[in-house]
Amino acid sequence: MFKVKVYVTLRESVLDPQGKAVTHSLHSLNYPEVSDVRIGKYMELTIEKSERDLDEVINEICSKLLANTVIEDYRYEVEECVPQ
Amino acid sequence: MKFAVIVFPGSNCDVDMYHAIKDELGEQVEYVWHDTESLDEFDGILLPGGFSYGDYLRTGAIARFSKVMQAVVKAAEAGKPILGVCNGFQILLEAGLLPGAMRRNESLSFICKPVDLKVVNNQTMFSTAYTQEETISIPVAHGEGNYYCDEETLAALKENNQIVFTYQDNPNGSLEDIAGIINEKGNVLGMMPHPERAVDELLGGADGLKLFQSIVRSWREANVVKA
Repeated sequence: MFKVKVYVTLRESVLDPQGKAVTHSLHSLNYPEVSDVRIGKYMELTIEKSERDLDEVINEICSKLLANTVIEDYRYEVEECVPQ
Repeated sequence: MKFAVIVFPGSNCDVDMYHAIKDELGEQVEYVWHDTESLDEFDGILLPGGFSYGDYLRTGAIARFSKVMQAVVKAAEAGKPILGVCNGFQILLEAGLLPGAMRRNESLSFICKPVDLKVVNNQTMFSTAYTQEETISIPVAHGEGNYYCDEETLAALKENNQIVFTYQDNPNGSLEDIAGIINEKGNVLGMMPHPERAVDELLGGADGLKLFQSIVRSWREANVVKA
C-alpha cells in the first residue's frame, strides 16, 4: 500500500489572485521579506498495490482529475506504508 | 425545437433556464438528470449555472465526468447547439469542449450584478438576432469567472472569430475581457453571464432572449423544410 501526497499549484505563468492577496496581507503584518505567495492544494491518496505501474496510475489520475493542466502544475511524493 | 436542461447535483439555474425556454421562448423543454445516457431525442442542450458537486476540487471538474457528459460530447460532434452558462461554461471547459480554464475572480469576491456585454460576433447560431457590436445587458453571478488561456489559444480564438461576447467593463479579470466563446465548429457556446435571467422586461431586461431566439432560428433554417 502506498500513501501518495499530491501538490497542485497554479502554473508560474498564471496569476494567483489569492496568493497576491495573502502577500499584501503579510506585508501589512510587517513581513516585507515575503516577496510572493502561491496558494495550492494538498491531497493524500491511499493506493493499493496493483499490476499497473504506480507512477503511470498517479500521473493519469492527476492529469485527468486532480489538476487542470491548462492552469495548474502538480507534483507528488510516494511513501510505501504497511497497513495497520 | 426540443431542448434538454441538464441537471447536476448542485445545479441551481436549471429552473430559470426551463422557464426561459418554455414560457418566454415557447419551445419544448425537459429536465435531464446527470446520469442519463442518451440525448438523441433533443435538438439543443443547455448546461445551467449553479454549483455542481459543490464546486469540489475545481468548478465543473467532477460534473465533467458525469454519464450525461458522454452524450453531450456526442451531441457536440453531431453539430447540435450546446449552451453552457456560468457553471455550465466551467463544465464545458473542464470537458475540453471549449479551450481554456477559469480562475477565481481577480477581486476574490463573488460578483452578482447586471453587466454590459458587447456582441463581437453575431454570425454564430447563438447570436444572429443581435447586431454586430451591439451592447446588451445580462446579469453575472459567479466567484470563478476569470477566463484564462495561453497565448497560442488566444490567437486561435481571435483568428477563428470564436470570441462571441466581451465585457464592456471587465468585472472579473478575464483575459481580453472575454465573457463568452464558441468552439471552432460553431455549435458549442460557453458564457459566464446568464441570458436565461434576462428574458423578461418585468425582471429587469430581456436582452438574453435574442440568444435563445437565434438558436431556434438557425435550427429551423437547417431542419424545417419549407412548405
